[in-house]
Amino acid sequence: MGMTMTQKILAAHAGLESVTAGQLIEAKLDMVLGNDVTTPVAVKEFAKIGVDKVFDKKKVTLVMDHFTPNKDIQSAEHCKQCRDFALHHGIENFYDVGEMGIEHCLVHEKGLVVAGDTMIGADSHTCTYGALGAFSTGVGSTDLACAMATGETWFKVPSAIKFELVGRPAKWVSGKDVILHIIGKIGVDGALYKSMEYCGDGLKYLSMDDRFCIANMAIEAGAKNGIFPVDDITREYIKAHASRPGVEYTADPDAVYDEVHVIDMSQLRPVVAFPHLPENTKTIDEIGATSVQLDQVVIGSCTNGRMEDLRMAADILAGRKGVRVAKNLRVIILPGTQEIVLQAMREGIMEDLIMAGCVVSTPTCGPCLGGHMGILAKGERALATTNRNFVGRMGHPESEVYLCSPAVAAASAITGYITDPDKI
Amino acid sequence: MKAKGNVFKYGDNVDTDVIIPARYLNVSTPEALASHCMEDIDKDFVNKVKQGDIIVANKNFGCGSSREHAPIAIKASGISCVIAETFARIFFRNAINIGLPILECPEAAAKIQAEDELEIDFGTGTIQNITRNESYQAEPFPPFMQELIAAGGLVERARKKLGV
Repeated sequence: MGMTMTQKILAAHAGLESVTAGQLIEAKLDMVLGNDVTTPVAVKEFAKIGVDKVFDKKKVTLVMDHFTPNKDIQSAEHCKQCRDFALHHGIENFYDVGEMGIEHCLVHEKGLVVAGDTMIGADSHTCTYGALGAFSTGVGSTDLACAMATGETWFKVPSAIKFELVGRPAKWVSGKDVILHIIGKIGVDGALYKSMEYCGDGLKYLSMDDRFCIANMAIEAGAKNGIFPVDDITREYIKAHASRPGVEYTADPDAVYDEVHVIDMSQLRPVVAFPHLPENTKTIDEIGATSVQLDQVVIGSCTNGRMEDLRMAADILAGRKGVRVAKNLRVIILPGTQEIVLQAMREGIMEDLIMAGCVVSTPTCGPCLGGHMGILAKGERALATTNRNFVGRMGHPESEVYLCSPAVAAASAITGYITDPDKI
Repeated sequence: MKAKGNVFKYGDNVDTDVIIPARYLNVSTPEALASHCMEDIDKDFVNKVKQGDIIVANKNFGCGSSREHAPIAIKASGISCVIAETFARIFFRNAINIGLPILECPEAAAKIQAEDELEIDFGTGTIQNITRNESYQAEPFPPFMQELIAAGGLVERARKKLGV
């Protein structure tokens, strides 16, 4: 029986000829990732294991991104624990304030993961790297601790759902609209325990930034991973960012899928997910022009904090006479990495966004998880390019988060209501 | 191993943000996390929960973040077992890894009501509903996971593997 792309990568890392869905395997890891929330718990568990070194100093990456620059004494203590651990073990890929970015924007930018790799991270959005043709998935802190010690972990081999993407997306339709459309269709547990494998003629219209965004939100459908085949767009990205070429795997022609969905991207419209689940989606056409009034707009995060996202926001918010952020609306921009901040400065995007009335933050997960840098009060409503809109996600349990693309966020920043970019 | 306690009942898609809101992730001790457990979905939970009590929920329990703080908070609050129709995969792994017993059982999730008294036999996967005089059978763990649990969790298993 044929294997899916994910199954082939897992088989290779388990030293097996083939694997089948449901099989429990032990796989070697090419990269292990932690952040300032999950690593402190892992450091305690690592101490219990009783080894004096990590399995490979080059294959552990620790990024201080959630509560940094530290928001309070407790988070400063957590970062110190991570820093001390990294120094003690000579962790080569330790990213602290000054070098850090939002982890899932930084790790691929630094070329730390390439096609064909197997990676785990103690952060649920570790599934982002499927965009590069790698198997990557989120785990918890104890998994992180044991993987740092042994360089291996256990997996239940997933079955898969195939998404054939065809057609060219219209002007305002991005990777975010594709993934929100899919989650709206299959639900927040529609791919529970499974792989989401993408293929189809439409892939050539999806940039790496689109693919990172789509893979990033696989977890929002309950999936173990989301994965894209390797093509010239991937190869060019890997060549520009990594020192290794990676290994290209393709799904067998007779691979078995639990479901197949064909998505015609030319028919998609911008999508918004309403509170309090990413599956509560509506197209922009189903939302009245003044039906959802906003207190805050957030553009950024590991889902949409990349260069193309900022360019899109700046295109809509700048360069038009008299256009600026609506009165009584707070617009927060969270670029993904220091490199993205610099590039945005070089392109004049920073200045455009600031002149339009936005505030631009240092890279941080910040308000996406209700951490800091833009918390909502009771009854407030935010539109965000982030990935979750659960109860209390961005602040008070009685606040609301709506999810959308950078284009919709920027258009809405101008009007103060959820707005179709076409109507600006 | 057995557990006995009263039920806290929740619906679909109980996410890790309501189990332990991120505003408390700047602490990591089990006691501190437990003091905010379920705060955004059930304010009374921390005041009402007694040692041995059981959480029962519908589908996709523990969806969202990878924070191990979620099962840690539940375990430290005294909960002896979580029963659900299905679990989100990272929560499932984390619960096993830290030794919080969990059972997938759609029948139990559908029939059990809030405040029912249950007795669970983890050896057989049998859930006895004392209040309603009903019994439900959960899927037993596959042998690999039973071995993981028997070894004392993932850390002990790693120790054995590394010979330390």
